[in-house]
Amino acid sequence: MSKSKGIIESLFEKPWEKDQIEIDNKHQGRTLNLSKYKVGLRTIMVVSTVIFSLFIVAYSDRMLVHDWRTMPEPWLLWLNTGVIILGSLIFHFTKLASDKNKNDKTKNGLYLVGFLAYSFLIGQLLAWYQLMSSGYYATTNVANAFFYLFTTLHGLHLIGGLYFWGRTTSKFLSKNSKAEDVKHSIELCAIYWHFLLVVWLVLFGLMLFT
Amino acid sequence: MSDEHEHKLEAKSDYTADASSVGASDIDAVPEAELPDQDLYHSHSWWTTYVFSQDAKYIGIQYALTAIGTGLLGLVLSWLMRIQLAFPGLGLLEPAAYYQFVTMHGMIMVIYLLTALFLGGFGNLLIPLMCGSRDMAFPYVNMLSYWAFVVAVLVLLASFFVPGGPTGAGWTLYPPQAITAGTPGSNMGIILMLISLILFVAGFTMGGLNYIITVLQLRARGMTLMRMPLTIWGIFTATVLALLAFPALLVGCLMMTLDSMLGTSFFMPAMVSMGEKLSYDGGSPILFQHLFWFFGHPEVYIVALPAFGIVSDLLSVHARKNIFGYRMMVWAIVGIGALSFFVWAHHMYVSGMNPWFGFFFATTTLIIAVPTALKVYNWIITLWRANIQLTLPMLFSLAFIVTFLNGGLTGLFLGNVTVDVPLSDTYFVVAHFHMVMGIAPILVVFGAIYHWYPLITGRMLNETLGKIHFWVTFVGSYAIYFPMHYQGFVGVPRRYFEIYESPYIETSTLVLNQFITIAALIVGAAQLVFLYNIITSARLGKKSEKNPWKANSLEWHTPQMPPEHGNWGKETPKVYRWAYDYSVPGAKEDYIPQNVPPSEVIGAKVEKT
Amino acid sequence: MPVTVAVAFLLITVGSVVFHFWSPWWWTEVASNWGGMDDTIILTFWITGFVFVVICLFVSYCVWKFAYRKDRIAEYKPEDNKLEKRLTWITTLGVAALLAPGLVVWNNYVTVPENAYKVEVFAYQWGWKYRLPGDDGVLGKTDIRYISDENPFGLILEDPNGKDDRLVDGDELHLLLDRSVKFELRTIDVLHNFYVPQFRGKMDMVPGIITYYWITPTKTGDYEVLCAEYCGSGHYAMRGRVIVDKEQDYKKWEAKQITFEKMLVQNKKNKNLQLAKSNK
Ligand code: HEM
Ligand SMILES: [Cu+2]
Ligand SMILES: [Cu+2]
Repeated sequence: MSKSKGIIESLFEKPWEKDQIEIDNKHQGRTLNLSKYKVGLRTIMVVSTVIFSLFIVAYSDRMLVHDWRTMPEPWLLWLNTGVIILGSLIFHFTKLASDKNKNDKTKNGLYLVGFLAYSFLIGQLLAWYQLMSSGYYATTNVANAFFYLFTTLHGLHLIGGLYFWGRTTSKFLSKNSKAEDVKHSIELCAIYWHFLLVVWLVLFGLMLFT
Repeated sequence: MSDEHEHKLEAKSDYTADASSVGASDIDAVPEAELPDQDLYHSHSWWTTYVFSQDAKYIGIQYALTAIGTGLLGLVLSWLMRIQLAFPGLGLLEPAAYYQFVTMHGMIMVIYLLTALFLGGFGNLLIPLMCGSRDMAFPYVNMLSYWAFVVAVLVLLASFFVPGGPTGAGWTLYPPQAITAGTPGSNMGIILMLISLILFVAGFTMGGLNYIITVLQLRARGMTLMRMPLTIWGIFTATVLALLAFPALLVGCLMMTLDSMLGTSFFMPAMVSMGEKLSYDGGSPILFQHLFWFFGHPEVYIVALPAFGIVSDLLSVHARKNIFGYRMMVWAIVGIGALSFFVWAHHMYVSGMNPWFGFFFATTTLIIAVPTALKVYNWIITLWRANIQLTLPMLFSLAFIVTFLNGGLTGLFLGNVTVDVPLSDTYFVVAHFHMVMGIAPILVVFGAIYHWYPLITGRMLNETLGKIHFWVTFVGSYAIYFPMHYQGFVGVPRRYFEIYESPYIETSTLVLNQFITIAALIVGAAQLVFLYNIITSARLGKKSEKNPWKANSLEWHTPQMPPEHGNWGKETPKVYRWAYDYSVPGAKEDYIPQNVPPSEVIGAKVEKT
Repeated sequence: MPVTVAVAFLLITVGSVVFHFWSPWWWTEVASNWGGMDDTIILTFWITGFVFVVICLFVSYCVWKFAYRKDRIAEYKPEDNKLEKRLTWITTLGVAALLAPGLVVWNNYVTVPENAYKVEVFAYQWGWKYRLPGDDGVLGKTDIRYISDENPFGLILEDPNGKDDRLVDGDELHLLLDRSVKFELRTIDVLHNFYVPQFRGKMDMVPGIITYYWITPTKTGDYEVLCAEYCGSGHYAMRGRVIVDKEQDYKKWEAKQITFEKMLVQNKKNKNLQLAKSNK
């Protein structure tokens, strides 16, 4: 018996047989070798992926209808994309710093990440403003509607992430800035940030190329 | 990639200890727990104990009561509809009201009663207890889940009081009619419905996260996946389905909300509504149907799988026999769950989608019938050479088998694309889905309540009232729905406010219609007996012994019954066997609970198969 | 108690079978070429009915035979691979026997014969209209934006094929006996479904696209049309008539239907009349 035994494999066990009983009696009662928070995060990422995938399917279906008018991408979106990439990168380094218990670096990293995330959100709002002032409303064409919908949902995801970022940061500060205690939270937030980056790149790419 | 790293961070050793580290002489020995016991929130005030409770057992009961309360509204609506259909002369309802009631009845029964009851109610009550956990993984999130559900229900109810009333779009909410003038409640009503569903999905996701993680990660020592009772397998798989399927409903609802409120054209084509040209253009109503049924079909199994699981356990306990083919039962649950994402368009054979899809979806649909049939076989083989106690849970389980079998077989009619053409949108469909996902799961709910009521209250439900309830409900609902299939053959269409005489609907069909209504009212009255029983027995019922049904699964083996906060007193249980050691040859008793160590059952032999 | 329960289950089983064979409620006689659908249903009934009876009888027997006795102990048998495999195969075969003929009929249903006569069925909240292709056998193109009081079907004026289309006055459609007809289904508002119980066929009508199905009427008579897809408060009242005629009667009726061209002329006349009136 090794720890790598997967869920699928275990479905073939015969729990009533003597040999199996001896093995099972030593089981710890956990299936995945992960913290419950990490399993939770993964579950949420799966659910979000399904949501965004369905939107993409709907987008691809709706795109084929005659009334579709492709929307121009404001240049600001490129800047925002840069910001969100940078945010993800810095979160990665922050995580490395917290692993090595480098308190100062971790603190600065967390501040910077937050700053970049807020900048991204503000940048997205400005992009909305740009579009609307040149007459691209959600009702003008369904392509625009998809754009507003995508950015809103992605933004809401990021705001959710910022809530946990805020909790992590304040916990870090209140505990006399020991990176040790928030290591796991930082790791989880970083994973989520990378996830949101990928989602954004896919959505942005989709809108860019269609 | 970072696997190595994770191990350092999270777990100190493998999840199964090395066998050699345990003295071979001590057969009861179990490795030390690697993770510390779960920290629980201990409430000190009435509010945090009974209202904003973070104890899964209380949350389960809260969920169940809220769901049943809402379900009663659904039941009353069904009476009104039935009276209208059978006795149109009374003039009880206007067409608009009829359609609003159909919609609310359907939505309430499927989502707010059954989904909430099985997953929120039984899931919360049973998962920690059956897995040997102290509570759910994230009790606070669990509480939020319940309150999001409450708000969703309140928004739903509020729609009865807004101008125009609740939506009358049918529970499928198809655009364009859902949001255009010819449908009742097409302004405020539908918006509140959509908001309520979005809230429900959000709340459910929080709960679902808990159910999944608790089952996967917080089981007691010795509780391998294949030692779990089938109830847990059913609820767990249904939760996975729900987490993957509800997003489709969410996406559809969001886009329709925008179509309705902002005037976007996701689903709305160019149209002339009531002589007026609307400004929509290019949207695809069929796209919504795909999204809806991508959710809607798995939803059927979200309701059915927990029922499958629970009924398996009820049969096994009350027949004093292991469930036959446990592994097959698990595979079937998982297999049905996976397949259920590939059959959605069997609800759309005549929707105007590309007709060639019909071949694919008819084939997948009939394939899914095979694991479902295997489950039925295994239930009945469990009865073979068993020692059947005809308790109330057993009676309801037997009734479930007949009802589900009937509904499952008529599913073979509708799944077979050709046969669906004449039958779709007739009363055959209404009869089919009520049998299979209305009555059958409800019978399991009743069986489960009679079974677990002592665990919750420490008292038994009254047997005589229970028997009355059982016979009227089972025979009565069969009398409602079995003949209804034949109305479908005649061609009586569903969602008709009035079924009047016409060249093909003869007087005899109208008589049948009245018979069905009378049966429905009688069945409805029997539910009042049940409610009376539930309410009075909580105070006056016979005191229950500790494990009244002599069951093996862990929920009956807490130090106190009803279990206290944290469930297990000082130490969480250790599990030494699967949940189905009934009538083991050589054992003193005809059951061996999961937490009884081997040294106490030395005489028992287990044959190899 | 066990006997009572066993007998009750037995009665339900027998009762269902008796009801099936002796109750008066059954489908109306088929009046189109889709008898194959009925045959598939009958086949399905035999197979599923057999399974239903066997399983119910088995349950009923077990309840009686294996009723609880304190001195007895149940069999301990976790599984039986051979039996489970056998059951899997039998079920698969049964299911295949249902599916195969079903797919054959479906293939016919979605393959419209080349020579089928085309009729447009036009649905709105809450009623029916029809359009026949005229002598050229081709239905003129339409666009929802062209719909107006003068042009209720929204025919595109520039399309010459539309000129001779016959617009049916009233919600009564006549069909010629034994001539295959393809219904081109169109709606200008919400979903509807054109359904005549005796014809068996059905298909939703979806705004924005044209859907279709085909039948060959095989019996003269007067049939009721229903809407079989929920379409708002008037859904239940959305009924019409289809009459299947022999050649002579059909010709008579067809000649009475006004063409689009004639209608435009008439409209103009009416307008001029009105103008003249208001000028006075
Ligand atoms: C004995 C109890 C019940 C009675 C008498 C009853 C009666 C009815 C009636 C009269 C309709 C409307 C049929 C029509 O006009 O097309 C209906 C629809 C429906 N019922 Fe029930 N029902 C009962 C229980 C349930 C349960 C337990 C469920 C749970 C799944 C359920 C789910 C539905 C659904 C989904 C619809 C379709 C709504 C729609 O067409 O939009 N019903 N029921
Ligand atoms: Cu389905
Ligand atoms: Cu209709």
